[in-house]
Amino acid sequence: MSRAEADAPGAPGAAMAEGAAAHAVTVRAPSPLWTLGLLRNELLTTFRRWRTLALLGVLAAVPVLVGIAVKIETRGGGSAGGDAGAGPAFIAQVTNNGLFLVFTALAATLPFFLPMTVGVVAGDALAGEADAGTLRYLLVAPAGRTRLLCVKYATTMAFCLVATLVVAVTALAVGALLFPVGDLTTISGTRISFGDGLGRALLIALVVAASLIGLAALGLFVSTLTGSGIAAMATTVGLLITVQILDQIPQLHAIRPYFFSHYWLSFADLMRDPVYWPDLLKNLELQALYAAVFGSAAWARFTSKDITT
Amino acid sequence: MAPYASDDSRDAEETDDLRAGRRKAARYVVPVAVVGVAAATIGLVPALADSGDPDLPKITAQQLIDKIAASDVQQLSGTVRISTDLGLPDLGGLADSLTSGAASGGGASADPSSRLTELASGTHTLRVAADGPDKQKVSLLENAAEYSVIHHGKDVWAYDSKSDEVYHSTAADGSGGAKDEVPATPKDLTDEALKSVDDTTSVTVDGTERVAGRDAYKLVIKPKQSGTTVGAISVAVDAKTGQPLKFTLTPASGGAAVVDAGFVKISYAEPAASTFSFTPPKGAKVTEGDDSASGSGKSDKDGKDGKGTKGTDGAPGSGDLAEGLDGLTVLGKGWNSVATFDSGSGGALTSGGDTGGDLGGLIGSYGDQVSGTFGKGTVFSTRLVNALVTDDGKIYVGAVTKDALVKAAETHR
Repeated sequence: MSRAEADAPGAPGAAMAEGAAAHAVTVRAPSPLWTLGLLRNELLTTFRRWRTLALLGVLAAVPVLVGIAVKIETRGGGSAGGDAGAGPAFIAQVTNNGLFLVFTALAATLPFFLPMTVGVVAGDALAGEADAGTLRYLLVAPAGRTRLLCVKYATTMAFCLVATLVVAVTALAVGALLFPVGDLTTISGTRISFGDGLGRALLIALVVAASLIGLAALGLFVSTLTGSGIAAMATTVGLLITVQILDQIPQLHAIRPYFFSHYWLSFADLMRDPVYWPDLLKNLELQALYAAVFGSAAWARFTSKDITT
Repeated sequence: MAPYASDDSRDAEETDDLRAGRRKAARYVVPVAVVGVAAATIGLVPALADSGDPDLPKITAQQLIDKIAASDVQQLSGTVRISTDLGLPDLGGLADSLTSGAASGGGASADPSSRLTELASGTHTLRVAADGPDKQKVSLLENAAEYSVIHHGKDVWAYDSKSDEVYHSTAADGSGGAKDEVPATPKDLTDEALKSVDDTTSVTVDGTERVAGRDAYKLVIKPKQSGTTVGAISVAVDAKTGQPLKFTLTPASGGAAVVDAGFVKISYAEPAASTFSFTPPKGAKVTEGDDSASGSGKSDKDGKDGKGTKGTDGAPGSGDLAEGLDGLTVLGKGWNSVATFDSGSGGALTSGGDTGGDLGGLIGSYGDQVSGTFGKGTVFSTRLVNALVTDDGKIYVGAVTKDALVKAAETHR
């Protein structure tokens, strides 16, 4: 049985009974368009899931809650965030400019809510299929394991982007509704126009989405290790929490810069004027490194494992 | 099937299994290789980028000092990393609570004097920009926030983005404000250090180095006297412009530098005009600086608050301080000078005032008890500055060893 399974892309029927191996060789090579079809299918399946919609709903609720809380707290004319600027980044500026709610909401969701949803989706990607017994049927179709893995990863990254945009767009809508908008002051004290501010908000949303790439790859790798969707999700989210805690321990300063979450809040550097790039670039490099390491590890595991469910 | 045949096929299968297993294992080489390449890159690139010290024509120390003096860099922008390690006990959260307490008690958190003491410990990243004598900006980069001091013409603005608070004062006490309160750039620190150059000091040029991508000479200033805690001050001076790029102060006791401030990035191009323009954001809390009468009182206070940073300049700093503080006397000369003043009460060592009580006891536990002709006192040591607080409220501060400090106090009596 394992002999048949070892040949990954050419013999997608490998997971079937031993006799099928001979026939599988004759299956025609799938066209590139096929990949797109597979991707579209995956995207539809993922985003139509009630679970995904519920996760996005939770994410959308955060900026609404933050916006309303700030509005209520500052009704008397006080400033949000208390004396020493406590609370998520940028919260003090929200009352003066609704656009800052976008940054506050992203800063509030990035440490936990956003990566948690990504962990759920990434962890579920392959393990969930295995759990439901649908993985072998996916592999019966002439897709190939590498291709399926790529499609799963692309879907997870698409979810990262959509989740971030859901937070950003809701925050923008709530911010514009509850607070004045207009020219804004960067954290360096210079003024930029509202259009420029919107551009930076979009850039920040993209950077935040890119910050999640590393975790998505990690989740996908975990997902190839187990046949239980719940176990994969729990492991990914557990890893996330562990790393976040370790990142708070000063004694670990030697290894902290290599934690995938270490530079997450560097997106705020885009609000400096001129933009302060070093940490932003380090973040993107680190995410690319995580994607390369755990992506290839996921590939090594997924293309060589026995798939029985 | 004959038994033999069956055995044969099983053998073949096992060989195949083995081969397949090897092929599977081979796949894991990919992630391992990626990790290896990444680790190699992280380890090797800085080493490769360090292309050795630049070749520059020989120059004497005097020529180099003249070069610094003649330097008329008007426009620059860059990033400065400053680390200070005074060897103070790591009070972390306590210091935070103190500063925030001071901030809420003593006015806006955007007040420069209450914020720049932060520079006295840890590592900070600053952004500086200057365009002529009228426009300067210094920003302290924080997590998702920034604290900027902007000097533009007559106005001095300080903006704290974390609390969205603005501090504003006009040039009267302002011109002193933005520039003198921030001895953070290598240039300011160097100016302070060069003031002390006299017969008690040896100044040499010690080769070259590259700082922030610029070729630079290394100027080393060493005290000739014994008894000071200052080991050496080394300044990297831009070979082309004479702009000091890096300032390092190492203590006589060895170990890591006490102050290490240097540009990590510098550009001599004109900074964008918008850098220096500031209008308070709508709705931000603006605190106006005091008018001139109470302004002088304020600058006194600034002088004291700034001591943490000023003191790190070594002896010259204390000389400077003498002008700013009433009732302050400087004993000795050169590097061994000790500043002394009467705090008026024994309890004043916790200048935090109302936070006294517990903190006094806490600080006391860090000091060493000494006694001499001056009576009894407590010596507080850092890696650079030592302070002696006598029980009758006299304070002696200097960048000198404990013994030298006690001796100075005894001779003062």
